Amino acid sequence: MKLHEYMGKDLFQRYGIPIPKGQVAFTPEQAAETTARLGDVVIKSQILSGKRGKAGGIRFTKDPVEAARITDELIGSDLRGFIVQAVLVEEKLAIEKEYYLAVTIDRENRCPVILASASGGMDIEEVDPSLIVTYLVDPTIGLMPFMVREISEALALPSELQKQFQDLLQKLFALFSELDAELVEINPLVQSGAELIAADAKITIDEDALYRQKDLPSVEERSAAEASAKDLGLAFVDLEGDIGVMANGAGITMATLDLIDYYGGAAANFLDAGGGAGEEATTKALELVLERKPNAILINIFGGITRCDDVARAIASVKRKKSIEVPLVVRLVGTNQEEGWDILSEVGIQPFSAMHEAAKSAVELAARERGSV
Amino acid sequence: MSIVLTESTKVIVQGITGKQGSFHTEQMLQYGTRIVAGVSPGHGGETISEVPVCNTVKEAVEGFGGEVSVLFVPAPFVKDAAIEAIHNGIKLLVLLTEHVPIKDTIALIAYAKQKGTTIVGPNTFGLATSGLSKIGIAPNRYFVPGPVGVISRSGTLSYEIVGALAAEGIGTSSVVGLGGDRIVGLDFIDVIKDLEQDPSTKLIVMIGEIGGSAEEKAATYIKQHVKKPVVAYLAGKSAPPGKTMGHAGAIVERGKGTFEGKVKALEQAGVSVATVTFEVPSIVALRLQNETGM
Repeated sequence: MKLHEYMGKDLFQRYGIPIPKGQVAFTPEQAAETTARLGDVVIKSQILSGKRGKAGGIRFTKDPVEAARITDELIGSDLRGFIVQAVLVEEKLAIEKEYYLAVTIDRENRCPVILASASGGMDIEEVDPSLIVTYLVDPTIGLMPFMVREISEALALPSELQKQFQDLLQKLFALFSELDAELVEINPLVQSGAELIAADAKITIDEDALYRQKDLPSVEERSAAEASAKDLGLAFVDLEGDIGVMANGAGITMATLDLIDYYGGAAANFLDAGGGAGEEATTKALELVLERKPNAILINIFGGITRCDDVARAIASVKRKKSIEVPLVVRLVGTNQEEGWDILSEVGIQPFSAMHEAAKSAVELAARERGSV
Repeated sequence: MSIVLTESTKVIVQGITGKQGSFHTEQMLQYGTRIVAGVSPGHGGETISEVPVCNTVKEAVEGFGGEVSVLFVPAPFVKDAAIEAIHNGIKLLVLLTEHVPIKDTIALIAYAKQKGTTIVGPNTFGLATSGLSKIGIAPNRYFVPGPVGVISRSGTLSYEIVGALAAEGIGTSSVVGLGGDRIVGLDFIDVIKDLEQDPSTKLIVMIGEIGGSAEEKAATYIKQHVKKPVVAYLAGKSAPPGKTMGHAGAIVERGKGTFEGKVKALEQAGVSVATVTFEVPSIVALRLQNETGM
């Protein structure tokens, strides 16, 4: 779960990491008020995406009336595909130098990693790797003060900033560990006078740990369908094509999409009903696929823990309850396959046993459906 | 310890009294797995499918000689149960659970490394040495003995491919699910090493997917160290970049781990790459015939 900048800065403040003076604003009046208090300000659109400046989402002013006008313009506008719902109004910092500092997870080495650079302010992907200090943290040891000293040495920080930097990094690492973060990033970490200040805050929290991070704000970045699928325990992703897909297991769902693509079709969605999908989950999954109004539906089930009769009953009950006007192609094999096939034949569905034949049929039927509209 | 099991591998089941734990204990016993004890705190003295239940892993190890453990434990409790197993000298630990917090996974893998415990998972169907022993939740019927070692990041996709091979009369030696999470205990290379040594394995099938760099690294290793023929299937050719397709692993991170990059790396290492599932059995049959005379 990604957090908005203003939420990240609230957390920075909680951990004693210096941030600019400022206040989030949801209305033009709030922005005007903060501007009147702070004088020279920067108004930053709060969206879950970088490169806000280039897209016109970051503005400067010292006039409260102007601040209100800018805020009115920004809130509700579409910035890089996100609707702006709030702006952060902050004092404009005098910037001497910009650094980069982040803690994230190194997948390959299976441990936290600290990334730091004296070339901050731009996208870290664009920074020459030789200018980035990379420091792996042994999870059984944690971040020791000497490690922090080594990192600040490697950055060649001016001596008067070293102590501040070391303190800040310790706090940032504590935040990362205690809040189950996957990423905490300060870009830029600004030297303003003799002070280091976190001018931006990017935090991503591990969704699997949210059950024990109840104090955090919640941010929704998925589409409505994706969110409702998640609530049902299903993994759903909206796609561009016209063949509704449901399968059990992420890998096999992806393989199903690949087969559709192979035969020249395009999937309307990715829906993984889970390796152990029962009757209820299958019913809900199927309803979700139907809502996308596809030209054909392909259900691909390899029953291991999932029982074919459960899946077949769910398909049959949805078929009886709703009129499914598009072709429904079912591939159903595995545990209790015979019972499953019998149930489906009662509602007029002849299942496939090979998944590529089912995919091929779905692609052909969708094409025919498109042609007939 | 090697992922190749034998009929005498002594297995314990943590969380044996739960719904999943008791069901799959029965399934594993039917397959032939030697389950010597179960663990469920507060249930010591009970039995599940005639398997004695202990309160602690310590009892299961000291009293019954458990050397491998499989966890049927909900995500919030995995870290404690896993560390209990590692602490008590379990050599191979299978973590089936999905949605384990990444911090917990990192901590338990680091501890396992110190103690010399091999971790399979999290978020895996487990592993099996066909005909001898199965640990985890894979359906029994598709795992028939044969010459093909299978390594996979994905559960149902493994069943699909193992099933497709079996339908063509090609059985499997050992099948290992690495797990679908971003951080897992084993990578392809760890298992390839074991399968390259395993006399029952004549050919290796890797089932990979987009995202990460595990397949590329495996390719480099195969090129230098592996003599047995390797066939790979890769899922995710049609996936749009930036979308997470179910597995946390399957994210294409900023141009790394793309489909094309993986295919190129694997093919350069002499690996045959299938991009749709139904191609796998024929490619495997061909390479078995040409390179091992089977």
